[in-house]
Amino acid sequence: MTKIRVWALLLLIIGLSIGYFDYYSEKAPVDSAFNKPFKLGLDLRGGSQLTYRADVAKIKPDQVGEAMTSLRTVIERRVNSLGLSEASVQTEQTSIGLKENRLIIEIPGVMDVNEAVKQINKTPLLDFRTERPDGPEKVAIVKAQEELLARIKTAGTSSPDLLAGADPLAFEDANFVPSGLTGQYLSRAILELGAGVSLGPTIGIEFNSEGAQKFGEITKANVNKKVGIFLDGELISAPVVREEIKDGKAQISGQFTMDEAKSLVRDLNLGALPVPVQLISTQTVGATLGQEAFDKGVMATLYGFLLIAAFMIIWYRLPGLVSVVSLSIYLSIMIALFKLIPITLTAGGIAGLILSIGIAVDANVLIFERMKEELKRGKTVHNAIEDGFARAWTSIRDSNISTIISASILYWFGTAMIKGFALNLIFGVTISMFTAVVLSRTFLLSISPADISLNRFLFSGGFSSGKKSVDNEQLTVNYKNKS
Amino acid sequence: MFIVKNKNIFLWISAILVVASIIPIALFGLNLGTDFKGGTIVEIAYGQDAPSKDEVMSRVVSAGVESSSIQTAGTNGYLIKMKPISEDQRVVLISSLSGATMATSSASSTATSAQVAGFQVKRFSTIGPSVGAELAEKGMIALGGVALLIIIFIAFAFRQVSRPVSSWKYGLMAVVALIHDVTIPTGVFAYLGHFYGTEIDALFLTALLTILALSVSDTIVVFDRIRENLRNKISNSFEETVGISLDETITRSLITSMTVILVLLALLFFGSPSTRDFALVLAIGMFFGTYSSIFLASPLLVTAYNRQETKRLKK
Repeated sequence: MTKIRVWALLLLIIGLSIGYFDYYSEKAPVDSAFNKPFKLGLDLRGGSQLTYRADVAKIKPDQVGEAMTSLRTVIERRVNSLGLSEASVQTEQTSIGLKENRLIIEIPGVMDVNEAVKQINKTPLLDFRTERPDGPEKVAIVKAQEELLARIKTAGTSSPDLLAGADPLAFEDANFVPSGLTGQYLSRAILELGAGVSLGPTIGIEFNSEGAQKFGEITKANVNKKVGIFLDGELISAPVVREEIKDGKAQISGQFTMDEAKSLVRDLNLGALPVPVQLISTQTVGATLGQEAFDKGVMATLYGFLLIAAFMIIWYRLPGLVSVVSLSIYLSIMIALFKLIPITLTAGGIAGLILSIGIAVDANVLIFERMKEELKRGKTVHNAIEDGFARAWTSIRDSNISTIISASILYWFGTAMIKGFALNLIFGVTISMFTAVVLSRTFLLSISPADISLNRFLFSGGFSSGKKSVDNEQLTVNYKNKS
Repeated sequence: MFIVKNKNIFLWISAILVVASIIPIALFGLNLGTDFKGGTIVEIAYGQDAPSKDEVMSRVVSAGVESSSIQTAGTNGYLIKMKPISEDQRVVLISSLSGATMATSSASSTATSAQVAGFQVKRFSTIGPSVGAELAEKGMIALGGVALLIIIFIAFAFRQVSRPVSSWKYGLMAVVALIHDVTIPTGVFAYLGHFYGTEIDALFLTALLTILALSVSDTIVVFDRIRENLRNKISNSFEETVGISLDETITRSLITSMTVILVLLALLFFGSPSTRDFALVLAIGMFFGTYSSIFLASPLLVTAYNRQETKRLKK
């Protein structure tokens, strides 16, 4: 008996300290190690989210992953260069229907994304192409292009329908073929004056080791042929290759003005896009709306908890009170998890938390109803508690598993807000199984009083009075249900 | 026993409810929001002198944007919906809405902020149609996937109770109950969508999926008791066993559902507006979910058993 009581006390103290930690982490001074505010998602904090689609059509499938990673780095550098250090950039690959590769940029605290978008638009797309050999392919492309031009001439304008109905070959480059060497292999660019053939500024570029190797192969295979240097899809220079270049250095000498050359060098150094990107979705949430959502979420959680607590105490009396204590500890644990992991809180996440409170209490309800039955069957209070818990466990376990299954699928399906909801639901349901079974049981057993009618009344719930409806004392059979 | 003895009445009630829900869906269709169709939503608020709806409309038009609807939102605010717009168009639109004199589309972004004192963009969202279509597809797969997994899970969890009714039938009845649970809130929202413009967004689908999970939990509680009573052979009649099981579990089912509905009410009345519709769908779903666990799933089991026995006796 004492052992259980000691455990109960221990658990209570742990629960209280977690609760205190939750409180203190909000109030602690900013530089203290205990200051752990909530990590808020965009919809609670305000900010913007930009979604870009990356066009990987011109890249070999096995290189897509690498290209996306370097895309992410380049864009992140660019966004950070605007002073938006809290921005996060992530790649995502959609798994259904059209396989799309996406880039998702989240910028907290910034409502006007125009600057960011402009900066991203300025990221240059650099790629190197080799000469297309004369042959049937080239002829077909040239033919398609002439056909399209003729059609545009007769129509007078180049309407979108006209272009959509044209032969796709017409949009290929007749003279050049992509070589796979793109801006992602660049390690740096520098401004050079008077080097090379022209007198104006030229741009010296250096490839990284992999790029240097590729460049070496390209130059070796194309001696006396042209290599086209394309910037943002336009040919800016097409030098003839004299010899194999093994050191990975080259020069771009287009007709640049000084300013053009300087900004190009800076852009190239910030990183050149390996693939073109297109903005497909923008979302912004104002900070006031975010704050409102957060405050209301907190209110709703509080009221939800109070409603449940009131009901449990009125209906289940003493066990109800115990369940409220377990529930409070459950809530403290959840909040602590949010702060420590940290879990990004969204409006959906708060909804998930609130729902998990409702579900957490259900485990207690299942157990208490079972206890009531056992009391009616004539068991002592102590045995009713033990058996109630033992027999209710399979129900609790099975019904929570189905919730976890659904929530996992939800996590896969949804946007950030839905992911927050699903994650909190999964955490909540799992932890609530622990608090209901371990905490409630320990507390109840430690209170476990003598088998007198007052206690029987206190321990039943609802309209039941706890009187034995079966006169004989049954032997306690403590067994665990095997499913 | 009351429920089982009158099972036909309850089965009819469920059937009527489901049909009554299908009617709005068939008639009005579902009012899909921008999450699925793509499009742009702008929510703005003005300071003291908010322009009239017509004035706002003309500002939208003068920005060169075609809007599909303007609603009031809050005391001095508006919610404007339109087709997806580009980033440049957005700058022009915001500038125009704020009341600044029209500048060219290359106006610097600093000029747009708070031109008219108190004007703020509360939120802005533009979603391209491909993003929307993908979400819709994913959503359908998620719904199907969850339903399937649940059948499998129940058939597995109840695999040892294959007599007198085989375990997969438990799964089937649970799914029938789930279809009932999901159709009714959808019907309600089809109705609301037509008459009040309530939109079906990604959160709605989330709510449906959650209803599936919670309703099945509830059904499992009842089935679990049937399983236990069958094992303990408390009666020779299957129908009686189910009836007694229902009597034993009804309080517990009602209370567990009620606790969830209580928290949902708190979310509905006190929570953030973005989750309000979500709470409503969940509450409706929970309510009917409980109904289906008690008055639909188990009576269906008895019906299945009776059919099975009639077939067997005929041989």
